[in-house]
Amino acid sequence: MSLEKTSVDIAAAMITDPTAAKDWLLVTPTLLTMLGGAIALITRKNVRLQPWIGITALALVFCANIALLNHVLNDGVVTMVMGSWLPPFGIAFTADPMGAMFATFASLVALCTGIYAAGSIRPEERRYGFYPFLLMLLCGVSGAFLTGDIFNLYVWFEVLLISSFGLLVLGNKKRQIDGAVKYSLLNLLGTTLFLLATALLYGLVGTLNMADIAMKAAHLENQGPLMGVALLFFLAFAMKAAAFPVNFWLPASYHTPRIVVSAVFAGLLTKVGVYALLRVLLLLLPAGHNWMNTLITLVAILTMLTGVMGALAQTDVRRTIGYLVITGIGSMLAGLAVASEWAVTGAIMYAVHSMIAMTGMFFVFGYIGKLQGTFSLREMGGMYRRSPILAAVSLVLLFAAAGLPPFSGFWPKVLLVEGALDKGMGWLAGVVLLTSILSIICVGRLWIYVFLRGGSQSIADGTMVALPQEKQKLPATVWLSVFPIVLMVVYIGLQPDAVMSFAHKGALTLLDPSAYVESVFGVAP
Amino acid sequence: METIFSLLVGAFFAASIYLMLSRKLVRVLMGVAILGNAVNLLIFTSGRLLREIPPIIPLGEYLPLETTANPLPQALVLTAIVISFSFFAFFLVLGYRAYQELGTDDMLEMRVAEPENEVEPPLGY
Repeated sequence: MSLEKTSVDIAAAMITDPTAAKDWLLVTPTLLTMLGGAIALITRKNVRLQPWIGITALALVFCANIALLNHVLNDGVVTMVMGSWLPPFGIAFTADPMGAMFATFASLVALCTGIYAAGSIRPEERRYGFYPFLLMLLCGVSGAFLTGDIFNLYVWFEVLLISSFGLLVLGNKKRQIDGAVKYSLLNLLGTTLFLLATALLYGLVGTLNMADIAMKAAHLENQGPLMGVALLFFLAFAMKAAAFPVNFWLPASYHTPRIVVSAVFAGLLTKVGVYALLRVLLLLLPAGHNWMNTLITLVAILTMLTGVMGALAQTDVRRTIGYLVITGIGSMLAGLAVASEWAVTGAIMYAVHSMIAMTGMFFVFGYIGKLQGTFSLREMGGMYRRSPILAAVSLVLLFAAAGLPPFSGFWPKVLLVEGALDKGMGWLAGVVLLTSILSIICVGRLWIYVFLRGGSQSIADGTMVALPQEKQKLPATVWLSVFPIVLMVVYIGLQPDAVMSFAHKGALTLLDPSAYVESVFGVAP
Repeated sequence: METIFSLLVGAFFAASIYLMLSRKLVRVLMGVAILGNAVNLLIFTSGRLLREIPPIIPLGEYLPLETTANPLPQALVLTAIVISFSFFAFFLVLGYRAYQELGTDDMLEMRVAEPENEVEPPLGY
């Protein structure tokens, strides 16, 4: 038996050309974060070096993501397969405009978090591994945004989940452990449901590659079981995204860890759930999406309303912001429910806005809470006198969260309302607007109490109190982490064209999978 | 064969859901462990139960000589086992720490992060 006899045409199963240098950008975000995380883990006892390693790695990831975004902008959807195996055999990484944009903003948020943490986490506490966990969290998030394989998506979910557990219990306080029990159990349950749905989908279509699934699912003879699978996916990702009936882990846990951890969670975690919802329900299983459209609409409405009412009913400022995150998720789901070109654009843009604005709000109010020694809205007050610049910055972020112009939250809401009206879903548009009004009440009260009021509850409003009155100078880490975010919020508010056109491209790729499929298989379906 | 396995998977899910509905943390953790195994078995069954023949192409052949086992679900299950195992280890430690710190393993009594009689927010502007 000679070896020549088995020589076969390798080109039928493998890509024989070396991968183009540009396409390597697809794996750079995950590679760099993993490498940075490993280095930070090895050197975690060198507490002075930790922030430098972390911030350098995050800055490099951000640059790589910008380059990838540029690549996707110029050349359309980009695909790279692992080990040169042709899809659907090899695991593919596929960046479409939505994934690339989410990855870019996620790395911006993580970079700002790294900078903020350099000032807010005491050096002796850094040895417990904040930076390795942060980098691995971003690794999972970037991988989830860029992968083109559904089982691989599950693996990235687990990577970010275990890193988030680590971040959540960092500090080891009583309430952290209480929050972590609820957060971790419910999130693991959500991820396991995702795996369950993936297994059933694999049993039905026999492939795990997303582009392949998108093609095969549409031509499956028996569509019935696919609906069940779509429903399971919806439940699993709604849990991750903190949509209404399955969102109780978020308010139970987001106020428990240190503020910088809450900030990065609020920015990244729920948005990964929304990303997965958009990807799976619009690109992979559009039939399932149509079938349960009413359910999605209902969930969106309830999430928006319960989120904002929850925000109004909270005393703890951190929990208020947690509920504002939830109400934003409702708006994104409204875009998913309408599923027209511009509504999905609005949902994508809202996710980007929510990533930066919510993280920024946790930064600002976390710093204020530290100054005041309390997060209770009844106790806080008098901040305007101590730091007018902080008052201005928070006003920008709060208005953005409520969807007021000229900030980043305004345009996505315009698109959502317009999209809903175009599709004849006027009442959904009404709920989006009602939510905005309630949000304005909520953020307005927050700002008035924290900044304008003289002092805590027991003191008559407007009178001078024993709070320290001297002007507070902001530390450099707060400046450097909050201002990029505020600049971005204002920039998207004033010049939405760039982000909007990119989000629009992302929406088009989701609604018409041909570009995505062509990028993976080289031929149009 | 698939039918029997489906029933087995169903039994696993039933047991895990029953355990997870308990208020005691330890039982919930057992439920999570069984849930992981239920899903693993489901992946395995989804890949179809074929012959117990390793999917190796003999030297000098282009195709396997007979129907072999599907290797993909095995790879998936292996990944999932590693992940669920590490998560279960984390949960055991977390559950133990929660019992130490909070002094209870009853979910309803874990109210440190969300106290029952929280002060209301200020009403009005």
